[in-house]
Amino acid sequence: MRLGFFLKEAVRGLSRNSAPALAALLTVMLTALVLGVFIPIVQATTGTANTVRDRVVVNVYVKSGSTEAERTDLRTAIERTTNVQSVEFISKDEGLATAKGKNPKAFEEGAKLLGENPLPDTFRVVPDDPGKVSAIVDRLAPKDADGVRVPSLAAIDEVRNKEEDTAKILSATSLVKILTAGLAALLVFASVALVANTTRLSIFARRREVEVMKLVGATNWFIRWPFVIEGVFVGFMGGVLAVLLLTITKETFIDPLEDRFALLAAPDTIDFRLLIAVLLLACVAVSSAGSAITLRRFLRV
Amino acid sequence: MATRLRTRPIAESAPSGAPTVGVPVVEFRDVSKIYDGGSVGLDRASMRIGRGEFIFLVGPTGCGKSTAIRLLTKELEASAGDILIAGKKLGDVSRSKVPLLRRNIGTVFQDYKLLPNRTVYDNVAYSLQVIGEPRTDIRRKVPDILRLVGLSTKLHNFPDELSGGEQQRVSIARAFVNHPPLLLADEPTGNLDPETSIGIMQLIYRINRTGTTVVVATHDKEMVDKMRRRVIELREGRIIRDELSGLYRPDESTTEFAVRLRGELGVGPEGHPN
Repeated sequence: MRLGFFLKEAVRGLSRNSAPALAALLTVMLTALVLGVFIPIVQATTGTANTVRDRVVVNVYVKSGSTEAERTDLRTAIERTTNVQSVEFISKDEGLATAKGKNPKAFEEGAKLLGENPLPDTFRVVPDDPGKVSAIVDRLAPKDADGVRVPSLAAIDEVRNKEEDTAKILSATSLVKILTAGLAALLVFASVALVANTTRLSIFARRREVEVMKLVGATNWFIRWPFVIEGVFVGFMGGVLAVLLLTITKETFIDPLEDRFALLAAPDTIDFRLLIAVLLLACVAVSSAGSAITLRRFLRV
Repeated sequence: MATRLRTRPIAESAPSGAPTVGVPVVEFRDVSKIYDGGSVGLDRASMRIGRGEFIFLVGPTGCGKSTAIRLLTKELEASAGDILIAGKKLGDVSRSKVPLLRRNIGTVFQDYKLLPNRTVYDNVAYSLQVIGEPRTDIRRKVPDILRLVGLSTKLHNFPDELSGGEQQRVSIARAFVNHPPLLLADEPTGNLDPETSIGIMQLIYRINRTGTTVVVATHDKEMVDKMRRRVIELREGRIIRDELSGLYRPDESTTEFAVRLRGELGVGPEGHPN
């Protein structure tokens, strides 16, 4: 009976106060959308960067057209370099076969399209100490005055250390993270403020009821509950709308594209159901914070 | 004037006007109230109101009548002195217990304080809902009390469809639906014509006859003079008179009245010190 009463009062308040409630609802929705989009993106990029970094190897790409002798020289040179544990030669064809195994469509089609194998012969160098991998790179392709790497042997086309790529990805990721965090913080602030404002207007709209309730001796929480329910309802609906939008987008756009973009299929992203739960929880938390702030300020009984 | 209750006959334990011995229902001990702006609401006021009494608080506007009433519901805090209700100091009542205090005090105001978008029945029922009364009790009590105040035919009317007197009856019904031991009325007839006022006062008197202590703040001179109840007169926050069956103003000849009138208008040779 009491819960029914609270709900009825909350609905009454919302219907009388629908414009600010809608504004608050949309802001909460926007917050949830931003979080819902960026949490997986940040996770995916971070995850990809980390998997790449875990496999610390140096790839030495051999110039096409280099002779067998040059290759042997190169191999000895690499083996002599300090910190090298093992060297493995991967020929063009082997490279293509492995690539096809990983992503058959792309490479089969690609190779067909190009009419030749685009991959170079490669020496894969595994370092003893993954932490000092850059020493190997420096040795095989020292930087010149301008910071551009110049191969030390004629047969070398390029020396690539995946850590460098990783660092690039990670720095991009951290920028995205900071921006997202900033945007989310602003939106959370706006949401709290708008829910607080909605609650305030609702209190104003129902000031007579509040007065009568105080007069006849309703307890503080009895007076407050309808307003809290109202605020939380606004937040929750905002969350539900956002989740709905995210689900629709995911089902219609992202899932079909998943097998084309490795990033989307990245295994490390948050489970979608967990994401939904997190978002709804955040929305409810944000809106109840907004309500609570106002009730403290304007409804001292 | 004392009409009998038509509903449940409640034991008429204390004949009104004759204070019973024992713990007074309301006691003011040197109570002062100074508002934040510095204006004085009450100035060392002391009074005792016994169970079942009918009290008129009289005096000009701003004399502290409303302050006294608002202090009793703990809407305001006294600046100095103690207020006791049934022997309990209001100063000791914690914030969280204030609602419980208010459930034992019925309050009626000049402006009725009804909810305009609810029917008569819902207005009274609402006040029970918000203190968590079970629905079955509400269904039983509300028609009872509305019959008592004489509104059983207007249950489903909205306040703006009622006359001022009828609206005040609704507000009295709301104040008395739980039969509180103390009923406070702040200018209950302030907005009503004399005929209607009599009806309202009759109703309040009838409530008093059931044993409820009643405090009526008013400046309705005629009513006070006719009722001949205990009168406590306030002026500038001080209690200047407390008579067991008094008039609004102590007897005053026409000449005295004329003098006072001229004095108050500032035209007479000898100005009354008011």
